[in-house]
Amino acid sequence: MIKTEELKFSYKSEDKVTDVLNDININIIEGEFVAVLGRNGSGKSTFAKLMNAILLPTGGKAYVCGIDSADEDKIYDIRKNIGMVFQNPDNQLVATIVEEDVAFGPENLGVEPSEIRKRVDWALDVVGMREFAEAAPHHLSGGQKQRIAIAGILAMKPQCIVLDEPTAMLDPSGRREIINTVKQLNRELGITIVLITHYMDEAALADRIIVMSGGSVCLDGTPKDVLTQRERIKSLGLDTPQVTELMYNLKACGFDVNDKIINVEECVNELLRLIKKEKND
Amino acid sequence: MIRDITLGQFFPGKSLLHRLDPRVKLLWVLVYIILLFLVNTALGFTLYVVITAVLIKLSGIRVKMFFKGMRPIVFLLVFTAVINMFMTAGEPIFKLGFLSVTKEGIRIAVFMALRLMLLVTGTSLLTFTTSPIMLTDAIERILSPFSKIGVPADAIAMMMTIAIRFIPTILEETDKIIKAQKARGADFESGNILARAKAMTPILIPLFISAFRRADELAVAMECRCYHGGEGRTRLKQLKISKIDIESLCFIPVLLILVIFSRQFSLGLM
Ligand SMILES: Nc1ncnc2c1ncn2[C@@H]1O[C@H](COP(=O)(O)OP(=O)(O)OP(=O)(O)O)[C@@H](O)[C@H]1O
Ligand SMILES: [Mg+2]
Repeated sequence: MIKTEELKFSYKSEDKVTDVLNDININIIEGEFVAVLGRNGSGKSTFAKLMNAILLPTGGKAYVCGIDSADEDKIYDIRKNIGMVFQNPDNQLVATIVEEDVAFGPENLGVEPSEIRKRVDWALDVVGMREFAEAAPHHLSGGQKQRIAIAGILAMKPQCIVLDEPTAMLDPSGRREIINTVKQLNRELGITIVLITHYMDEAALADRIIVMSGGSVCLDGTPKDVLTQRERIKSLGLDTPQVTELMYNLKACGFDVNDKIINVEECVNELLRLIKKEKND
Repeated sequence: MIRDITLGQFFPGKSLLHRLDPRVKLLWVLVYIILLFLVNTALGFTLYVVITAVLIKLSGIRVKMFFKGMRPIVFLLVFTAVINMFMTAGEPIFKLGFLSVTKEGIRIAVFMALRLMLLVTGTSLLTFTTSPIMLTDAIERILSPFSKIGVPADAIAMMMTIAIRFIPTILEETDKIIKAQKARGADFESGNILARAKAMTPILIPLFISAFRRADELAVAMECRCYHGGEGRTRLKQLKISKIDIESLCFIPVLLILVIFSRQFSLGLM
């Protein structure tokens, strides 16, 4: 789906050149749910913008759905297949009415009005916002606005959606709404997901985690592999999930627990096992 | 306080007025306003008030909303009424010191107030029953013949849409900034005009910075959604002139005749 070869990127302004990405080689497969982690300034957002030709590589190549992203004639083929959702829901909504906003993408693609109607209704159903079709965006909560932004992308029928910290500005319930929607898009519709996030518990839900640091990929593997490398993760300026941290500390205190745990469910089971064992002793 | 502005607000619905083509509605508002300035008799105003009341009823929107929309012009209303009442020469009814209220003054004051109120109600009827998108679409379509001589109709429409979309967001933000500055001890209420204007700087600067950031992010988001100007763009809702639109247009000459007719009937001084 997205393949990069020695991908390099640098921002150029009049007086200086900032190298942001160097030699990224990555292959994101169709249907995958990938989380991208990395501390501030590690180049995650820049990488995201290279995936749909908002930025063009200054070195190396990015192939998106088999198309070279530097091919200017096919730029809209790339953009309609790789949808983007950003952090601030307010700054992504264009129209004054929810359904008009969702229609914005297909309108730009020149889709027939009757087909736009179908897509809008479908997309709003998928994100569970059909009843707000005629509402004004500024009357919605952050989580709802972000779901509208997702619907607006869905209406373009993309194969892949890249979300750049979509939950960073939301409250816990808004975060949950968005993460559930994203999971559903991946599991039920088979859409490839690239989720950039600072929340480890969100990353733990993915099939694969890529950790970036200083503009290169330094870890790439399943959540279990990546998130349990405590020393490595800490040295990259990130934290492990709270449950992993808890297990690590229990183990350090001499309890006999498995510290390769990344989600709450596993953690609960492990704690139950521990408590039962302590009781029996 | 900043949030309950009704002017420019849209109430979704399925009434006859909602279903009219926005271009037809724009034309109607234009005619309504022009004819309103031709009305100069009590009969004419009665006619206008009745027609407006019927239209409000047809729109299915609560009357309260229309009065709310009038709140910003209350001062203007009272001010012009008072000025007209005292400053018009004519047959005096009673005197207040050196000021005298004349019969003609009362007449002009009442008419002017009515005219202003009808003006606001008429335009509110348009904005309450037409979604901003429809309105900008209509403007785009009206302007599109001029695109041959270089008028960027689609860009103008897009700009208007974005402006309307961001007005509430930016008002909300202004509110927040004002509160934040007040919490830090900023004083916007005292001092002369100059001092107060100066006190606004700490509000305007963050507001501008944030507006530029928003514009930047929005532009990227629009590009991601394949926006590339009006060329090849289709619309979810196509504008179509239907039977009711044509029927409603037939009422324009009727109104015109009624207004001209009413001008001949001044009952006494009224
Ligand atoms: N438009 C730009 N011009 C110049 N430099 C930029 C620009 N945008 C980002 N940078 C620089 O590129 C580097 C990577 O930025 P990027 O936004 O990709 O990081 P990020 O991983 O998304 O960070 P965050 O977690 O804060 O979102 C940073 O050092 C940043 O200062
Ligand atoms: Mg970022």
